Amino acid sequence: MISIKRTRDLYLKLFLSTFSISAFTFGGGYVIIPLMRKKYVEKLKWIEEKEMLNFVAIAQSAPGPIAVNASVLVGYKIAGVLGALVTAFGTVLPPLLVMSAVFLLYASFRDNPVVNAAMLGMRVGVAAVLIDVVITMTKGIVKEKNILSLIIMIVAFIAVYFFNVHIFVILAVSAALGVFATLYKSKQKGGAVK
Amino acid sequence: MIYLQLFFSFFQVGLFSIGGGYAALPQIQSQVITARGWLTLSEFADVVTMSQMTPGPIAINAATFVGMKVAGFSGAVVSTVGCVLPSIIIVMILAYFYTKYNDLKGVQGMLNGLRPAVVAMIASASLVVLLLALFDGTLPQSVAEVSLISILLLVVCFLLLRIFKPNPIFVILGAGTAGVGWYFVDKLLTLT
Repeated sequence: MISIKRTRDLYLKLFLSTFSISAFTFGGGYVIIPLMRKKYVEKLKWIEEKEMLNFVAIAQSAPGPIAVNASVLVGYKIAGVLGALVTAFGTVLPPLLVMSAVFLLYASFRDNPVVNAAMLGMRVGVAAVLIDVVITMTKGIVKEKNILSLIIMIVAFIAVYFFNVHIFVILAVSAALGVFATLYKSKQKGGAVK
Repeated sequence: MIYLQLFFSFFQVGLFSIGGGYAALPQIQSQVITARGWLTLSEFADVVTMSQMTPGPIAINAATFVGMKVAGFSGAVVSTVGCVLPSIIIVMILAYFYTKYNDLKGVQGMLNGLRPAVVAMIASASLVVLLLALFDGTLPQSVAEVSLISILLLVVCFLLLRIFKPNPIFVILGAGTAGVGWYFVDKLLTLT
């Protein structure tokens, strides 16, 4: 167990480290995990390797951006609730400032034909990135070889895309199905043991 | 009151986007575009594009952008806080239970069910962006409306991503450069 003294210096260090990590995570998401590992596991040795993996699992299972979730976990582990707030603030500040500036640029340049041509081209690039992501994720689900997962995926897609079913309904139903399936499986396993 | 609306809309985006990153796309689409009309579909595609090139998660980028557009910088701050608040609260609760019981099994079953649904929702939002990039949002009525250049660019980008697995930023920037290049070529062609 690592114990760290909660001084003003520590909070400043937490803020600055999350701020700099966040400022260089372009595109967001999983990119932040290796950066955080390097900083907190290898360099500062505040967190153990195995614990970091658990943090990633929690960050993925909780709602909201992974980057924010992971930094809240690190902050909470090192300096409690105040630490979590400090790291969350450090993580959110760079995108908030940068995107505000980008919005102002966007608002004044979007009618420029060259900028417009660049945006149209980049949109196609982003579409390609999204197709790539979706294919990789779908492959992951198919590889599980779980019929329920496949059914949930297909039905959810049809429900969202063609019938505009509210996302909350889909999340609630699929979460409930997942819980029931797990309970049913563990019950069966328990029966087999007897 | 606009600040409250921004706060609660993005609170919901943060609360319901499970699975990180792209999982926020369908939420933003339903909260910001369908429910409130704060963004047009084409602005939505632009926000997704810009968020790939700026630091931070898409959800926060979108919150800042929409907040700025609707109510200026204070709007951006309110939306962003609304967006991350559910994360902060829920993750701290999970962290508390994790440090107390050191067990995540209860969450696991729920996740098993959620994961395929999240993939489906991301696929749906991606399809919207794809149609927008290629045909401005609606399926083309005739073959003449299809931009061959866009489709060619899409195929090239996609193959580059699948084969070389580069950082997506470079592919997106490359596509932007190609877009500008084509703009000038097209201009030259119409001049001559």
